[in-house]
Amino acid sequence: MKKIVAKAVLILALVLMAALPLAAQKGSIKIGAVLAVTGPASNLGAPEAKTLEMLVAEANSSGGIAGRKVELVLKDTGASPEKALSFARQLIEEEKVLAIIGPSTSGESMKIKDVCEEGRTILLSCAAAEAIVNPVAKWVFKTPQNDAFATRWIYQYLKDKGLTRIGVVASNTGFGNAGKAQLEKYAPQFGIEILIAEVYDKEATDLTGVLTKLKAKDVQAVVNWSIEPAQSLVAKNIRQLGMDAPLLQSHGFGNIKYAEAAGQAAEGIIFPCGRLLVADTLPAGHPQKALLQKYKKQYEAKYNEDVSTFGGHAYDAFIILAEAVRRAGSAEPEKVRSAIENLKGFAGTAGIFNFSPTDHNGLDMSSFEMLTVKNGKFTLLKP
Amino acid sequence: MRFEQVFQYFLAGLTEGAIFAIVAIGFNIIYNTTGIINFAQGEFLVLGGMIAVSLSAFLPLALAVALAVAATIVVGALVDLLFIRWLASPSVLRLVVITIGISILLREGMLHLWDEKVRALRPFTGSEISSVRILGARISPQALWALGISAVIVVALSLFFRLTLIGRAMRATAANRTAARLCGINTRWMVTLSFMLSAGIGALAGCAISPLTQTQYDMGASLAIKGFTVAILGGLGNSMAAVAAGLALGLVEVFSVSLLPLAYKDAVSLTVLLIILFFRPSGLFGRAEVQRLKEF
Repeated sequence: MKKIVAKAVLILALVLMAALPLAAQKGSIKIGAVLAVTGPASNLGAPEAKTLEMLVAEANSSGGIAGRKVELVLKDTGASPEKALSFARQLIEEEKVLAIIGPSTSGESMKIKDVCEEGRTILLSCAAAEAIVNPVAKWVFKTPQNDAFATRWIYQYLKDKGLTRIGVVASNTGFGNAGKAQLEKYAPQFGIEILIAEVYDKEATDLTGVLTKLKAKDVQAVVNWSIEPAQSLVAKNIRQLGMDAPLLQSHGFGNIKYAEAAGQAAEGIIFPCGRLLVADTLPAGHPQKALLQKYKKQYEAKYNEDVSTFGGHAYDAFIILAEAVRRAGSAEPEKVRSAIENLKGFAGTAGIFNFSPTDHNGLDMSSFEMLTVKNGKFTLLKP
Repeated sequence: MRFEQVFQYFLAGLTEGAIFAIVAIGFNIIYNTTGIINFAQGEFLVLGGMIAVSLSAFLPLALAVALAVAATIVVGALVDLLFIRWLASPSVLRLVVITIGISILLREGMLHLWDEKVRALRPFTGSEISSVRILGARISPQALWALGISAVIVVALSLFFRLTLIGRAMRATAANRTAARLCGINTRWMVTLSFMLSAGIGALAGCAISPLTQTQYDMGASLAIKGFTVAILGGLGNSMAAVAAGLALGLVEVFSVSLLPLAYKDAVSLTVLLIILFFRPSGLFGRAEVQRLKEF
């Protein structure tokens, strides 16, 4: 009996040993995702995670990317930069992923930038601060539009309307602080005077105090820079204080949930945003229209909730990576990396990407439109 | 500063203070009956708010709030029956750790029942942009609701604990559990009742502040810390003091914002808290003799 068992085990071991090299040959592509699915940035991370899962399932059901199966390893950071760092290390060192998509927030992205650079792992961040790609790091890319573009759009609008004395409130996160710095940097260029700039806690429950301060200064407009649910509080508290000043938001407002949370206070908010939210109103033949409508239809059918620009950033990260693997003809990290760097005229949800060794974002001012909230929905702002 | 501006800051302080105050009330009930601090109190608030938001989609608001309070009362009773009642003679520290564990359990339960998205209950009157004009300054009607509800709850609780038999039985349980049992009071049910009452009041508070603060599954911990701080500031065990302390702290915070950048707000309020506790360790309105008798 023992001899038979021993022989069976030996044969089994030989079969497995023969099969292993076969498995290693046409390897699957391992993609890591470090996203803020729960926590204060969940309006960003949850749509991003859902979008990635949807895309990976779609890719795998049609033979994978360039014939390779895609494996997604998703980690939830709760918007904590420390957790993002530890997950990034785990993905790079243990899981040996080809690329990491995410994190959802600028603070987390800045935290893991060095680790990805040293680990020679492609990072496709879904966060907006310009500082993520400036100074440029070889392995670090980002898909959202720069906060600098959003700032210039907002200031151009304010300058045109003659609203030059403004108040700025920003949340105390990487994104908020970076946005505030951009606002302060570009103000003189557009003739804008920032009468008061304050930073509020991202988990604030009431902002009436700081907004009273803005009311006391008689600001002509309020600019709010945040991605947390607390940004809806600013909208509500301003109206409750009886302030008539228009409210301008950053592109961190691009999820209808923020407008819903603010209810009637959301009416008339103005913010620059990618075209995803107004895809149906684009002229036929617009290079992004087909892609945007396809994503919108797929996402809304599968998850029964409205698309948001944040999910779009994860969408762009995935299709950019997939395209780069196809063009490189391999899943070798350096080849894929330089394929991304050479992508030009590539249509994504955020805009048309034109990467280069010195531009790891690939978008410009034309990737934005000015949107507003009307009857609880996002629409193009009529000039 | 013009009078209008000062008064506007005052109203803003009341708005913030109303949130602190209404959260703090619930802590005192369980403390008064059992001598422990229930760190799951924050979760009762969030649970009440979440249930009310879900129900208000197809029920009138008042009914949704009432049912949310009822459901949370049941949860409060279950918390006591499942986790607290069968403990023989637990130390205060052990009970505190258990309540922290319960808060984690409730939080994760809420994440699974609902999801991570932020929700807000409809304002009780008017809309998100309604604003009441008082002496040239503005305040949201929902803040006035929160203040009003706090006042009603505090008065009702005082009457309950002072005048009704059950209320006095609960106070007796807190004073000396053995003596209370010798008097024929069923102390175990008094403890359960205190959890139910605390949960119900927490749920009502959660519904009242949800239009102001928005509700998310993990807000319980930060709400509990705020409420607990204010309860200590007023003097543990005294609900009226907790409300007064909450309003006072709200005013201190907002007036500090008027002078200093917002980033210093927490530093200022914590400094004020520490100074007060240095000079009056039993809280603004607490009495030292009473404090010495309590374990916590």
